[in-house]
Amino acid sequence: MDATRDIEELIALMARLPGLGPRSARRAVLHLLKKRDGQLLPLAQLLDRVGRSVRACLNCGNLSTGNICALCDSPKRATGVICVVEDVADLWAMERAQVFDGRYHVLGGTLSPLDDIGPDDLHIPKLRDRIAAEDVAEVILALNATVEGQTTAHYVASELAPTGVRVSSLAQGVPIGGELDYLDDGTLRAALTARKSF
Amino acid sequence: MTGGRVATLALSHFRSHRRTRLTFDGRPVAVHGPNGAGKTNLLEAVSLLSPGRGMRRAQAEEIIRRPEAIGWRIAAEVAGREVELRAEPGQPRTTRIDGKAAPQVGLARLARVLWLVPAMDRLWLEGAEGRRRFLDRMTLSFLPDHAEGVLAYEKAMRDRNRLLKDGVRDGRWYDALEVQMARHGAGIEARRRDALERLTAAQTKDGPFPAADLALIGPEEEVPETEAALLEAFGRSRPRDMAAGRTLVGPHRADLAGRYAAKDIEARLCSTGEQKALLISLILANARALRAETGQAPILLLDEVAAHLDADRRAALYEELLTLGGQAFLTGTGPELFAEFGPDAHHLSVTETGGESTVAEVST
Repeated sequence: MDATRDIEELIALMARLPGLGPRSARRAVLHLLKKRDGQLLPLAQLLDRVGRSVRACLNCGNLSTGNICALCDSPKRATGVICVVEDVADLWAMERAQVFDGRYHVLGGTLSPLDDIGPDDLHIPKLRDRIAAEDVAEVILALNATVEGQTTAHYVASELAPTGVRVSSLAQGVPIGGELDYLDDGTLRAALTARKSF
Repeated sequence: MTGGRVATLALSHFRSHRRTRLTFDGRPVAVHGPNGAGKTNLLEAVSLLSPGRGMRRAQAEEIIRRPEAIGWRIAAEVAGREVELRAEPGQPRTTRIDGKAAPQVGLARLARVLWLVPAMDRLWLEGAEGRRRFLDRMTLSFLPDHAEGVLAYEKAMRDRNRLLKDGVRDGRWYDALEVQMARHGAGIEARRRDALERLTAAQTKDGPFPAADLALIGPEEEVPETEAALLEAFGRSRPRDMAAGRTLVGPHRADLAGRYAAKDIEARLCSTGEQKALLISLILANARALRAETGQAPILLLDEVAAHLDADRRAALYEELLTLGGQAFLTGTGPELFAEFGPDAHHLSVTETGGESTVAEVST
């Protein structure tokens, strides 16, 4: 009976993961139970290890197994430019694209009074400290083009103003491979405003 | 393609309609039947084919047919695209266009829908909110990206109001939100003024319906127009807003002032019939302007409008609708209200038995 209850609890826990529901959680648990040695036990061990070792980088907020993450520690990453992102998922997106070789700073959210997320919940003071400590010349705000994202970008920019650092943000406009006909009016307007010489 | 028409409409478990399927050919649709038969429900379904909560401003939950309460569905062919709206109990309504999940604002690009409902009879007498909504609906019909602009402005304003209520004093946080509000707010203002100009230009001076002089006004002073002026106004208003716990300036406080042009009196001082005539005049001006611009008149939903007009004005309205050539849906209690249309309209009769509406084609 206890085993049944444990399995049910496991299914309930899995069902709370993003992208899974009760049905897919049941399927996944059943699958794991059938592949005990090949998948279930390695997964359990890895979860245990990751749960014990992974924490936020004390410098940038990225996920890390030590106090400082591999990106902050790497001598290959350029210093002097920091890319500010909302979340680790955005950092991963930038890394997947391999377009940026500087360092990151993860804010850990966006300003949202309705969700009770204020400036104190974002890692802004640490960002200010880093600008002096790492001799940063430019901060790139890579935040979402939503009201929350842009409000946060504006807030961070004004917080950084006294440091004199150059603050830039990602461009908004026509996506690569995008067709004008399919663009919404706001994006088209942004693209037109931000046009550049050919 | 924009400003398209509704070719088919299928309702299931939508208010009093358990299962209603209709095909339209573009002629005005005249719906008659006794009170409570479910005529307005048909128009409401069409109104939901544009962004927002429709002409009754109903929550998805209210629309569910009782007693089954299994949710509702509207399927329609709009401007050649398959639109499906549905809501399960306790769930928000979902929108699909050509089988793909789509944001509600996406509907603005398919059909432009305008309506007059009996609740608007007191539009000129009641609070500014109703007039603002009326203006925004007309603005949206000219400029579909008005919907996104209003949503973004309101989102930023809700955040600012929360800060005001919580007594937050972080000036930079207000600055950041006010920049967003000013940017989107200036867009809202510009589009509203643009819409007013088009409406004013499209009104006829000596038609059967009176022309209205329209102006955007603020609660105390002129609403700031430019992004810079709005930004300055938000900043200046902060102490006052803090005391009130909400934002007291901005386009969300604007009002639409109307005057009966020929008599030069305020709309709210006109007779009930004149007030209604002014609204019809504006809706028709809107439709004419849209037709001139896009080649296609919007879909007009005129709920219980015919009953309030004398025979001459009614005939003039029908003639105007036929000239416009756009799709129109009208309701009235008896078929005699639509007799002037003759075969130029698609006549439907709606009856209700045991809480279920039945729609029948009426040949003329």
